[in-house]
Amino acid sequence: MPGTLIIAESSGGAAAPVALELLAAARALAEQGGGAVSALAAGDAALGRTLIEHGADAVYLTPAGSLDAGFAETAAAAALATREAADADIVLMGQTSLGRDLAPLMAFRLGTAAAMDCMALTLADGRLRATRSCYGGNANAEVTWRGETQIATLKLKAWDALAPDAGRDGPVTAIEATGEQRVRVIATEAAEASGVRLEDADVVVSGGRGLGDPAAFGALEELARMLGGATGASRAACDLGWYPPSQQVGLTGKTVTPNLYIAVAISGASQHMAGMSGSKNIVAINRDPDANMVQVARFAVVEDYKKIVPALIEAIKKLD
Amino acid sequence: MNIVVCVKQIPDPETPASQFAVDEAAKRVIPAQGIAPVVNPYDPQATEAALRLKDAAGEGRITVVSLGADSARDAIKHALAMGADEGVLLSDPAFENIDSFQTAVALAKAIEKIGDCDLVLMGRAAADWDMGVAPQGVAELLGVPAVTIAKSMTADGSTLTVERVLDDGFQMVEVDLPAVVSISNEFGEPRYPQLRQIMLAAKKTVQVWSAEDLGLEAGETGEANRWLPLEALYIPTVESNVEIIEGDSPEEQAHTLALKLREAKLI
Repeated sequence: MPGTLIIAESSGGAAAPVALELLAAARALAEQGGGAVSALAAGDAALGRTLIEHGADAVYLTPAGSLDAGFAETAAAAALATREAADADIVLMGQTSLGRDLAPLMAFRLGTAAAMDCMALTLADGRLRATRSCYGGNANAEVTWRGETQIATLKLKAWDALAPDAGRDGPVTAIEATGEQRVRVIATEAAEASGVRLEDADVVVSGGRGLGDPAAFGALEELARMLGGATGASRAACDLGWYPPSQQVGLTGKTVTPNLYIAVAISGASQHMAGMSGSKNIVAINRDPDANMVQVARFAVVEDYKKIVPALIEAIKKLD
Repeated sequence: MNIVVCVKQIPDPETPASQFAVDEAAKRVIPAQGIAPVVNPYDPQATEAALRLKDAAGEGRITVVSLGADSARDAIKHALAMGADEGVLLSDPAFENIDSFQTAVALAKAIEKIGDCDLVLMGRAAADWDMGVAPQGVAELLGVPAVTIAKSMTADGSTLTVERVLDDGFQMVEVDLPAVVSISNEFGEPRYPQLRQIMLAAKKTVQVWSAEDLGLEAGETGEANRWLPLEALYIPTVESNVEIIEGDSPEEQAHTLALKLREAKLI
């Protein structure tokens, strides 16, 4: 019975959160008859042990750094060798900087397909079926594979990691692989944090074309500051020059997943939804009760934002 | 430096969700009434990147390639109006509803047929299917390296230095040409076609190549031969659990909302 291989990324020697999510997804497939779960990781035996405890049946180790972003060619050599060694016909990885490159690279080398950013997986008669979002979140597609090996990247935070089980055991072995790395990495640097980064903010307050006035962003900024959050804008608002493009949320801007997203005068076109649909709680302030944003929100106020936003700022002040 | 830029015409991602419709039986999106398709929003940046490299090199030819229906001509015309030199439209009934992998095969064949290409540029993904696999695919099929999600780049002879956008930072890489590079939306504002350019663009040639012209076999094209068969396409049911905050005045509504947010520990 062929099994599942996951590509377990790590940071500073510790398993990345997505690695544990992948193990949870792979274990769910194993329960549907998917065979053993193997993991490929770049690091030492302690990292291998963590992966075993979180659901791997076997771990293959490659030198630290060989699964880093930018090293897709090196990673592909290791992943292809591991796929052979582990007899895996399903290969899962995260929709990360590495996964976005590695999945299609492996796929084309094997003459098979990779489904990107999947949010659900099922197994039927030993074959994988994946659900992914497309058209900026307006539609879902379900896909299968024609080729034998089924490669998929998984949406981040779409699976919950399993609790570690110290009683689990399995082999941790080194895998030898060499691949030509034609892309030469010169330097990698973390993004600078200035104030609250939009992508990291717990609270995001965004405005759209419906504001009708660039000055309105002042009130949104005040609200965001009070809540310790960041301010964003829809593409329409940025295109009008009302707000810096660096703060654009959406398909062609930033992707945010805050705990609270307050959408002010934003209708919710897929261009925008693509950048914020991962928000845990959405509040819509919009005059149109039929606006898409109102429909997807947890709370909505159907009223002119000019009346609501200042009142909300006052109301929150009084809470403290 | 000879550059090929791949562009795509897609349904407008600004289409309101209320006007977005799917034919579930045919597994196709039904074009929204009165909303014209647009150039994939990432692609003008790829054309811009090509123009900047050509300007810096002081010579070269930029060929724009698009696979799609006849309407994809507009995406080519847009790039020509920005300053690209010539266009090729890959159009054939056998290309209808093919997937990103088959598209990469057709693009790679077209790039080989164009010949003498130093660099292939494309947007980081097409915003309709949002797969982003074509850059790696075309590179692998051409036997050259790929660098994805570039925010800036410079060429020095046959070496390209590229700044990439990562999930949590940036990365500088070098690669020898020929190569494939995908361009991020962070690349910078694409130039706006000027009237004179638009008029010049009308005179530029757009060749049309079929599957046969590319030497593609019947088994390589067509919906039936997708590498990633599409089993279902549907609009997800949004369980609208929205709680509309009522009140006699905006102040009361705002107060109620603040209380609800506090109760839910969101503020």
